[in-house]
Amino acid sequence: MTARDAHRPAMPEPPLAALLSGAARAAPPPPKPGAAQRAAWRLTLVGAAFAFGFAAVAVRMAALTLSEPAEPRVAAGDAEIHVARAEITDRAGRPLAMNLPAASIYAHPAEIDDPARAARMLAETLSGVDEARLRARFERGRGFAWVKRPVSPAEQQAAHDLGLPGVYFGARDVRVYPAGRMAAHVLGGARAGEEGVRGAEIIGLAGVERQADEALRDPARNGAPLRLSIDLPAQAALTEVLEEAKTRFGARGAWATLMDARTGAIAAMVSLPDFDPNRRPDPADPRVAADARLRNRAVEGVYEFGSVFKPFFAALALERGVIGMDTLIDTKEAIVWGRSVFRDHYRMPPQMTVAQIIAKSSNVGTVRMALMAGTPAAQDFLRKLGMMAPTGIDLAEGRLGKPLAPQRWSDLSTITISFGYGLSVSQAHMAAGYAALVNGGLLVTPTLTPGAGPPGEAARVISPRTSAQMRAILRGVVAGGTGRSAEAPGYLVGGKTGTANKLSRTGRGYDETRTLASFAGAFPMSDPRYVLIVTLDEPTDRSGPKPRRTAGATAAPTAGAAIRRLAPILGLRPALPEPDPQPAAALAVAARG
Amino acid sequence: MRGVLYFFAAALVAASAFWAYNVNYAAKAAQERVAALRLELAREREAIGVLRAEWAYLTAPDRLRALADANAGALALAPLSGASFIALDAIPAPPPEAFWARAAPSVFAPAPRGSAAP
Repeated sequence: MTARDAHRPAMPEPPLAALLSGAARAAPPPPKPGAAQRAAWRLTLVGAAFAFGFAAVAVRMAALTLSEPAEPRVAAGDAEIHVARAEITDRAGRPLAMNLPAASIYAHPAEIDDPARAARMLAETLSGVDEARLRARFERGRGFAWVKRPVSPAEQQAAHDLGLPGVYFGARDVRVYPAGRMAAHVLGGARAGEEGVRGAEIIGLAGVERQADEALRDPARNGAPLRLSIDLPAQAALTEVLEEAKTRFGARGAWATLMDARTGAIAAMVSLPDFDPNRRPDPADPRVAADARLRNRAVEGVYEFGSVFKPFFAALALERGVIGMDTLIDTKEAIVWGRSVFRDHYRMPPQMTVAQIIAKSSNVGTVRMALMAGTPAAQDFLRKLGMMAPTGIDLAEGRLGKPLAPQRWSDLSTITISFGYGLSVSQAHMAAGYAALVNGGLLVTPTLTPGAGPPGEAARVISPRTSAQMRAILRGVVAGGTGRSAEAPGYLVGGKTGTANKLSRTGRGYDETRTLASFAGAFPMSDPRYVLIVTLDEPTDRSGPKPRRTAGATAAPTAGAAIRRLAPILGLRPALPEPDPQPAAALAVAARG
Repeated sequence: MRGVLYFFAAALVAASAFWAYNVNYAAKAAQERVAALRLELAREREAIGVLRAEWAYLTAPDRLRALADANAGALALAPLSGASFIALDAIPAPPPEAFWARAAPSVFAPAPRGSAAP
């Protein structure tokens, strides 16, 4: 400061012109004594400051380069939950699929001193580890080898206690299904995908796990579980009833769908034989292939359902006004169409109303109603009921349930389809169709997502009036027709039985001894809440003197038993009969005693 | 005068350096505590997850069914059915004696204690 002040007057700033001219360069001002040392000292000082600055930057850079990268710890949110895959729960939040932390064991063979000993000890400690293979891997002495994955905490501890060098443990989540076989086909199952020592990716294989795979893995979910419309207690009860029916009637398979009649939300869906998704069987296993236990018959399988189709044609005839509830339809004579003759299995009265035709399941009466409505109307109606396309159910297998309709739809097709042959659909289709018949006439889409409301008027397929008539007709089947054994006291069950002969194994015609027996219905008929479709594959009732294969003897009692169990679980109160004085008196005595 | 100013400036620098040092270390300690708590939270969450899975296993419908069957003699549990519901009218009222015993001697007399209508 003082130095500069001192010599500033002596060193006037030269004008720019003079600075640029050669004259200015030629005549520098004479330096003052001592100024040279001062300038040198100042340069050294500035140089040192710069050197110090650069050194600081270099040290910081080196430190950043060499240090481990760390996440900003404080900036991260507090609600951080690390889950690889969201849980799946039933509609009340009971877990159906969840993750358990487990471990994987791996080794760096280069660090193992005695491969033979290490392999033997690990094979002795851990189940399912092949000693010879492990030894071969260890003796190669390079790289990386999985020992076992996943392992339980107990096995991990046991392996840890061996104290083997070169053996390491990695973290890893496993997918577990605590309810076991319940809703196995709906959930599907999962397997490990890409695996590293820090964890393994879990990939959905079938069912909801596959359908919602991306949503379940989406980190933005932040651990929120995926809720399904399934009701676990109802699912368990339906499984139990079907299991019993399958054994009792010696059926090859049994499947059922329980659906909310208003919204299409599926409360239970069972397909037997089933499997445990915790140990999803290998599809290549011949035993698994033989009974097709991985197949969700309720959604994937399309079948000719037989007489359960008849109510659709009754609704069609009523809706188009070609018949009324009191119209008498001729059922005396068989129907001859070209070379085909259609008659009833049993003697029917000469004339019947639509309610009687459905209650007694008359083929002739149904065919007459179908012909009165006409083929174009029938085709159009079935298309509106969704019987021509996959149901759109939100399950990975949904698109496999593609109906099989005749290539050329002739009047003969209409005739056979009216009593359930010639159009193959899945049970999910039947559930949606029956829901529309009884819920006031709106077609619902079967779904596993809860909370959906009823569809709008755009989904109307029949008028509320026709729907009310169908409720009365279907109630009549159970009250006094072929479906009597489906009755559940207090729950006003209504529905229709259907016994379809299966296609013969030779591929020509139908086999009388192999049937598919179904019951399709809803309850309570006063205001239907749930639709239940039950199907048994090749059932035989041997309780009587003669084996019976009809749905009235097999599927209907199964449905009845199911509804008696399900309705209270679903929170439905029975319509109580008039209080009987007898038990009340007995109770009074008991209360006093 | 200038010397005093320099002295106070230097003192201020020293004081703020000391304060910054303290705050820095307090923040580091707090961060470590947060990290430790996060780890504990993660462990607790994992433990809760395991316990929930355990609970779900123990209350799985198949298992409960098996247990109910095995202890049918002691528990006498039956599946809920429509017959489990009963109309309110069907439940008998207490016998008249129950009312007589507690009835007040006169409608004008104050009700004795504990005689609120059953």
